[in-house]
Amino acid sequence: MKFHIVVQVLPRRGILDPQGKAISDALRTLGFPQVDDVHVGRHIVIETAAESAAAARASVQSMCDRLLANPVTEDFVISSVDAA
Amino acid sequence: MKVGIVRFPGSNCDEDAWFAVVEQLREDAIMLWHKDHDLQGADVVILPGGFSYGDYLRAGAIARFSPIMQQVAAHAAGGGIVIGICNGFQIACEAQLLPGALLRNDVGYRSMPVTIRVERSDLPLTSEAHVGQCLTMPIAHGEGRFTASEDELDRLEDAGQIVFRYVDAAGQPSAAANPNGSMRSIAGVCNANGNVVGLMPHPERAMDPLLGSADGRVLFESLLATVNA
Repeated sequence: MKFHIVVQVLPRRGILDPQGKAISDALRTLGFPQVDDVHVGRHIVIETAAESAAAARASVQSMCDRLLANPVTEDFVISSVDAA
Repeated sequence: MKVGIVRFPGSNCDEDAWFAVVEQLREDAIMLWHKDHDLQGADVVILPGGFSYGDYLRAGAIARFSPIMQQVAAHAAGGGIVIGICNGFQIACEAQLLPGALLRNDVGYRSMPVTIRVERSDLPLTSEAHVGQCLTMPIAHGEGRFTASEDELDRLEDAGQIVFRYVDAAGQPSAAANPNGSMRSIAGVCNANGNVVGLMPHPERAMDPLLGSADGRVLFESLLATVNA
């Protein structure tokens, strides 16, 4: 089966995120003073074959652990696993 | 001494490393293409600066899968000397040859001279320097903010794995002297055995007073003294 999997990778909370800070400062300047915080990460879409949704999720978990996220500084969530 | 300089697609300080070894030290160097499977007898491997693979995903993240990195890892595991400079430091961290990670600078891209203090002088890269010696050399990077968990940083301090710190004119670490927001002003670290060292500043671009500083020479001379010992 083919699966369509979406992963979000974000800087770990508590680690300085200068890109997010610069954007939140810009948003406040732009007239959105209510903005508290912004974090910028990566949205990764993977199309892959797998035996089942569980197998697809396990495979992407391994991809994240080994390449897609840096275990020292980033967290990831697999936000959806859909049959394509 | 024979120095192997790994050339990845996007490396741009490989020629500077060559200049340092061949033109300045009058030693042997060999360019190693990233798809090679042989270090060709190099005593020292340099992972040079640049933007390997366009810094896709994260700086250094893709380069670590280059075929030659298996030989580099084996060389390191066997006690061989590996020096990662700038992007090479990022690659060595991603390859888990070195601890920690190098994140986006707190203030964007910086290209400027910095002063670093030698924290250990018993390593192949620092044997001709002395602890507390301050060296001025350039940096040029956007992602050099050394980061690790507080526990890991304590462990690295205890194990003596911090090799260089950014310091001010008085030789002291300070926020003003830290060009990228690195935790604990760390500019360079080593592995547990000390044979793998990574640093963000460029000693290979500080080999001659004509270039603004010759302070990088002591590090290359240390490598030479170690290899010839």
